[in-house]
Order: sequence, then C-alpha cells, then structure tokens
Amino acid sequence: MATAALGVLLIAGAAGPAYLRFLFQLALGDGLAVLGLMVLMRAGLVSFGQGFYYCLGGYAAGIIGTYVGLTDGFALLLLGAAAAAAAGLIAGLLIARYREIFFAMLTLALTMILYGLLVNNERLGSTDGFNVPPPHFLWWAPAADRLGMTLFVLSCVVVGVAALALDRYLASPMGWLGEAIRENELRVEYLGVSVLRLVLVKYVIAAALAGAGGVLTALAVGHVDPGLANWTTSGEFLFMALLGGTQNVIAPLLGAMVLQLVRTYALQYAPYLWQMILGATMLVIILLLPNGLWSLREIRRREANG
Amino acid sequence: MLTFIAILLDGLVYAAWLFIVALGLTLIYGVMRIVNVAHGSFYALGAYVAASAMGYYFAHVWWPPASYLIIPGAAVLVGVPLGLLLERGALRLFYGRGEIILVLVTYAIFLILEDAMKLIWGVDPYYSVQPYSLLGTVGIGGMPYAVYDLCLVGVALLLGALAWWGLNRTRAGKLLVAVIHDREMSVAFGVNVTPVFAATFALGAVLGALAGALTAPEITVVPGIGAEVIVLAFAVVVTGGLGSAAGAMAGALIVGLARAAVVHLMPSVELFVIYAVMALVLAVRPRGLFAPAGVRQI
Repeated sequence: MATAALGVLLIAGAAGPAYLRFLFQLALGDGLAVLGLMVLMRAGLVSFGQGFYYCLGGYAAGIIGTYVGLTDGFALLLLGAAAAAAAGLIAGLLIARYREIFFAMLTLALTMILYGLLVNNERLGSTDGFNVPPPHFLWWAPAADRLGMTLFVLSCVVVGVAALALDRYLASPMGWLGEAIRENELRVEYLGVSVLRLVLVKYVIAAALAGAGGVLTALAVGHVDPGLANWTTSGEFLFMALLGGTQNVIAPLLGAMVLQLVRTYALQYAPYLWQMILGATMLVIILLLPNGLWSLREIRRREANG
Repeated sequence: MLTFIAILLDGLVYAAWLFIVALGLTLIYGVMRIVNVAHGSFYALGAYVAASAMGYYFAHVWWPPASYLIIPGAAVLVGVPLGLLLERGALRLFYGRGEIILVLVTYAIFLILEDAMKLIWGVDPYYSVQPYSLLGTVGIGGMPYAVYDLCLVGVALLLGALAWWGLNRTRAGKLLVAVIHDREMSVAFGVNVTPVFAATFALGAVLGALAGALTAPEITVVPGIGAEVIVLAFAVVVTGGLGSAAGAMAGALIVGLARAAVVHLMPSVELFVIYAVMALVLAVRPRGLFAPAGVRQI
C-alpha cells in the first residue's frame, strides 16, 4: 500500500514539470518530520518543537558541507539524523516527563531557543542563513540539472523506507503501547512498562526523522535559515498531521502534500490571503474531518461494507 | 549599586508589561482550558486600533491628555465584540474535543486574524508616540526613565488589584474561581457555564487588547508583533501556573527580573533566559508555581 502510493508519486514527480517535482520534494522533506510527529501524536503528545530537529538536521548538513567539506549526500543524511537524535535524547530526558500542554510549551520553548541562538549568530548568517553546497553521492557528482531529480529519487526512497519501518514499528507492541499511553498512562505503568523510557524512545525517533527531513530539504533548497526553527514551522507540521490524519503512515505524507499545494497556490493567487485560507481550511478540516483526510477512506470503506 | 537599581526598575517595568499580557491568557485557560494562541492577535489588534485611533485623534489635535482614554477604549472596542464573536461563533463548535484540538483551532484563528489585520491596515508601520513622549522622563539614580513605563507598573498593579478583588470579593468572580477549580462540580451546583465561558473569553480578549493598546505608543505597530508576544506570554503563564492570576504576577515578576538581570550582566543569553527560567520552574514544580491542584484520573 505504501509502496504503491509512493510509486505513483515517483511517476508524477518524474514525469511532471520541474516545479511540481520540487513541490513534492519539499512535501517529502516535511513529510518525514510529520511522520515523526505522528509517532508522538499517537502517544498523545503534541509537539510544537519538531522544527528544532528539522532545523538542526538542515544546519548540520549545511555546516558539515561548508566547514568540514564533507558533501556526500548519504553521509550528510546519516549525520544529520544522528545529530538530531542525539539532541533528542538529551532534550527528551527533561521533556519526556511532561504531558499535554507542558510538553507542548517546553518543546515550543526549545525550538525558540534554537531560533534565538541562530538569529544571534553572525557567523552562521543570522536571519539570512547560508547556502548549502550541492551534494554528491559516493563517487558520483550529479550535474546541476540532474541534481533535482537525483534528490527527488533519494527522498522518495528515504521516505518510503522510513514509512515502511514506521508501519512495522507502529504495529508492534511498542507502537500499540503509544496509544495505550494516550488513553491512560497510569494503567500502562501498572502493567509494568516504563512509560518514561517509552516516551523517550518515541521522542528520539521523532527527532531523528525530523532531522533527516531537514537534511533533505536543506539539500533540495540549497539554503538554510533560522526560520526552520521558528515555532510557526512546527505549527505547520502540526497542520500537516491534522490535515492528513494519523491512522496510517501514508496519511501524514498526504497531509504534507496537500498543505504544500494549498500554500503554493494560495500564495500565487491570493498573496495577502494565504494565511487566512490556511486557517480557514484547518478549521473546516477540524470541524468536519477530525481524523484528517485519511478518514475519508475509512468512511468510504465502511459505507461500502454496509 | 546603580546596576542594581537599573535591574530592579527595568525588571519591574518589563514584569508589569508581561503581567498585563499574560493575565488574559491565564484567565482564559483557567476557566475554559483553552490555550489561546489567538491572544497574540488580540494584542496586535489592540495595538493597531489604538495606534490608528491616536493617529486620527492627534491629527485633529484636541486636548492631549484625553488621548489616554483611547487606550482602554480601543481595548474594549476590540475585545468585547471579537471575543464574543469568536467564542460563540467558532470555539463553541469544538468544545469537548480535547485541549490540543482547541490549541490548533486558536492557532487557525490566529492565522486568519493575522491576514485580516494585513488586509485592514496593510503592511506599513503605524506610530503613535505622543502618549509616550508627552509624559516625559524622570531621573532615578541619575538614569532617565520614561514616566510612561513607570505608569505601566501602576497600571499592572491596578489590574492585579482589580483581578484579586474581582475574583475574591464579587459573586461573579467566585463563580469563576469555582469553574476554574472544578467545572463539573460547578455545573452540578447549578452554574451556567455558557455565559461564564463567553464572558471570560471576552474579558481575556479585552485584557489582551489592553496590553497591545498600552504598548502601542512604545513600539512600531507592524505585522508580526502578535506572534512574538504569544511565546513570551505562554512562558510567563506556564511558569506561574496556568489558571492562576497570582501565578501570572509571580511568573511575570520572576521572568521580568531575570531578563533584566541578564540584559545588564550577560546580554548574549537574553533570548535564552525566559525559557530557561520556565524550564527551571517546571523542573521543580511540574505544574507551575501557583497552579490550582488538578485531580489525577485513574
């Protein structure tokens, strides 16, 4: 199911115009971060701080590429995800104890701290950010006009692998325990499971995914700036999760794509109204489809089965 | 010694500003359990309306001292209709869906209002310094302080006193406190929460707009001031304890003084300190300083 959908996406991106492929590319990068968010949301934790790891991944790719000179795409991907995961482990030790609104506020605070640090850092370009050098892959350096397609194929593969792995994880006991935590955390503790450790693991997974997404976006756009860490970026990830739903690994990717399309065309046709359109869309979705667009499939299937 | 006075006064002024901004937010959360991200929009709208009104007022120069009435006037003009409209028209549809859904709903409303402000006022900056400059400065320990800022401390104290009196000495206030502590019990005792919710949201909106209107003479009113303020307000409210007016004051004082100290002594960590304070307080008291005790559900 996941592979079929991504196969369709691959064909659309490869065959379609370059701007459409770039749109899907951005959606894939964001989609990874939203996949991480989905893991957290299934455990009942709403994070306003996925942008923190997204930004970390992107800046890691940029810094390693520019200052260390290592521009291998695969290496950058691994290092970015690892840096984000490490940061997630450290931050998670403090944050994983909190729930609900305090969790949201602490993650928001964390991401705004990074934002403040980056804005104040002249060497890293302050609010302008800096350019990320184009990557090469092992021994092959794609020409400038082939780089976009190469990154798109890489993103599809990475997101596909991540989605499949996440699907298995969420179907495993640890995945189901996430939902149990959302329902009643205390009873999960009574069952003998360490909720703190479980939440920490989920938090690190979300961080790693967001970091990988950040690397992909940084490589595709060729530029990083502190805005990636602003809480409004994390708010957009939340919108994507809400728009798509959290029932299936494809749903967040769907949400990311729809939001990207809505935002791009809203910006083009109504540049002073796009936030309003976004907000209104979100209200309608929350009101009518609280489980996201993916729930349409469930409704249709239930009606078909009678 | 001079630095100490400077830190104290700067801290008090900033704390006063934070308190006025945060009071509405904490009240709305306490009564309705809604984290109102749109509070930043109320702030920005209050600032825009006040700045526009004062611009118009001073263009047809009348008696300058009366311009100070524009500030609470703008706040009420923005807060009451908008607050009631949003609560009855939009928020009501999402009650019972859980706190996080409401956060996202208020975030959506915030986005809508951001663009609404851009449509009405455009992207140009608005200024209205007269109320600020008319009061002049006063020298304290050899350092000039704007009288307007010191008046802000007075306004904050007045608001705090009014809030205390309102919550503890009036019947409506005590009903509000009852709803804050246990909504189910209040309903069981016959409190009609529907008008309580509407009135609270309108009150919170007025307070947010008042903060914006009070700040308008000190800043350039541009798009985006709402978003900056929200994060600060959240940090203060979470530090002090959600739902507690005393908590808002305590949180504002701690954050304000900490920030003033840091600005004078170690400016590079200024952006850190607010969140560091919040994280520190939450580490010691996980629900904030003065949070009303919650019941754990098993």
